[in-house]
Amino acid sequence: MLLLRVFSKPQKVSMYLRQIIFEIDSIGISSLPIIAIISVFMGGIIAIQSAHAIESPLVPLYAVGFTTRESIILEFSPTIVCLILAGKVGSNIASEIGAMRITEQIDALEIMGINSAGYLIFPKITAAVFIFPFLIALSMFLGIFGGYLMGVSSGACTSYQYIYGIQAFFEPGKLYYSFTKVIVFAFIITSVSAYFGYNTSGGALEVGKSSTSAVVYSSVLILLFSLILTYLFINR
Amino acid sequence: MIEVRNINKTFGDRQVVKNVSFTFEQGKTNLIIGESGSGKTTILKLMVGLHSLDSGDVIFDGQNFPKLNVKEKQEIRKKIGMLFQGGALFDSQTLEENIRFPLDMFTHLTKEEKNERVNFCLERVKLEGKNKLYPAELSGGMKKRAALARAIANNPGYLFCDEPNSGLDPKTSIIIDALIKDITEEFNITTIIITHDMNSVMEIGENIMFVYKGQNWWTGDKTKILNTDNKELFDFVFASEFMKTFFQKK
Repeated sequence: MLLLRVFSKPQKVSMYLRQIIFEIDSIGISSLPIIAIISVFMGGIIAIQSAHAIESPLVPLYAVGFTTRESIILEFSPTIVCLILAGKVGSNIASEIGAMRITEQIDALEIMGINSAGYLIFPKITAAVFIFPFLIALSMFLGIFGGYLMGVSSGACTSYQYIYGIQAFFEPGKLYYSFTKVIVFAFIITSVSAYFGYNTSGGALEVGKSSTSAVVYSSVLILLFSLILTYLFINR
Repeated sequence: MIEVRNINKTFGDRQVVKNVSFTFEQGKTNLIIGESGSGKTTILKLMVGLHSLDSGDVIFDGQNFPKLNVKEKQEIRKKIGMLFQGGALFDSQTLEENIRFPLDMFTHLTKEEKNERVNFCLERVKLEGKNKLYPAELSGGMKKRAALARAIANNPGYLFCDEPNSGLDPKTSIIIDALIKDITEEFNITTIIITHDMNSVMEIGENIMFVYKGQNWWTGDKTKILNTDNKELFDFVFASEFMKTFFQKK
């Protein structure tokens, strides 16, 4: 029912567009620093771990680059980064909308004759579905770059070997799989968090509970859909 | 004019509004008074559709609000201005943006016309020059006045005020009351105020409904309220020692 109201015809398109731009900044741009830091470090860690695991002289050293790329593109960036975003963005959305509910700001919108669910939630979902793929693309790039920095500087492989590794056996279809997952996760994070925020009742304690529930349910659904999409991708 | 006819509301097994009927007159300050928990706010929320009615009618100038479809309800709501108990200003917006919000949403005014209207509303509630402040930077009284400015921004036909004086000192309360009364008369709107502040009742009570245990227990105006022989209303009005002593002396 809530989603029906969210996706009903916007009352004033220009106001919705303005909100979408605001949300792109609030949800997307403000998440850049945390994504950048985590991606660079995780890329570096994956490269070191891969190099450490390769003990056999039969395994070529370019496998460090190859393993880092596969780990980052297939799981780290689309799934783990989205789990992190579920914590950051999901709790933010649930607490923002929840606080609006308990301070009667949502009632004020309704009294004005505004479809509050549409005005508050639709721009968040649209903004996330639009901006998350860019954030994840950046995360992939920075993760692979982090792997390069650590792999080369630690002497695990040479620059040439790493770059060869990240180009080896590349299947573009894997990117399609990753970005499909990201779009699904963006929808899950925003819609689930908005649902918990919108249905908050009580006081500050309940806003906190809504925020926690939003993160927990989003994370579980992300893992569940990651499993389903991976299964579908492998068996297509 | 708004007419409520035999409205009822039950939450769980507790009936909080029992067969309430009343006519809220245009151009007058209509007050709903009563003890805390008597059902005043529920009646107001039923009237504007924030709660659904169990039974009864709420008629806005001939249109039975609960029977309207979503679009028709939205059209009525565009004519409603509401002053919430806590102000309900949008935290992320400045005062100016808060007041301009209904204009942006529902009008095709130019930017200059909107700015003119915003400044007029701010001036009307004596907050001129505070355009760029955020709600968090305002005092309680200023928040109420700012919320009133937003409520009147789109020239409402109906103004609902939920305890406009709660948490305010007597001097600021008088200012808010006077503002609401002036605006009601100036724009000839139907104003409904929920209060349990006797000072407000005596200042602006032109058409009063006393709610007791969810029922319309007494109706009248401020001149009749002091001479009431209704026990429950008498107990409510003269609950404070000040009122007892002051009016016994008179």
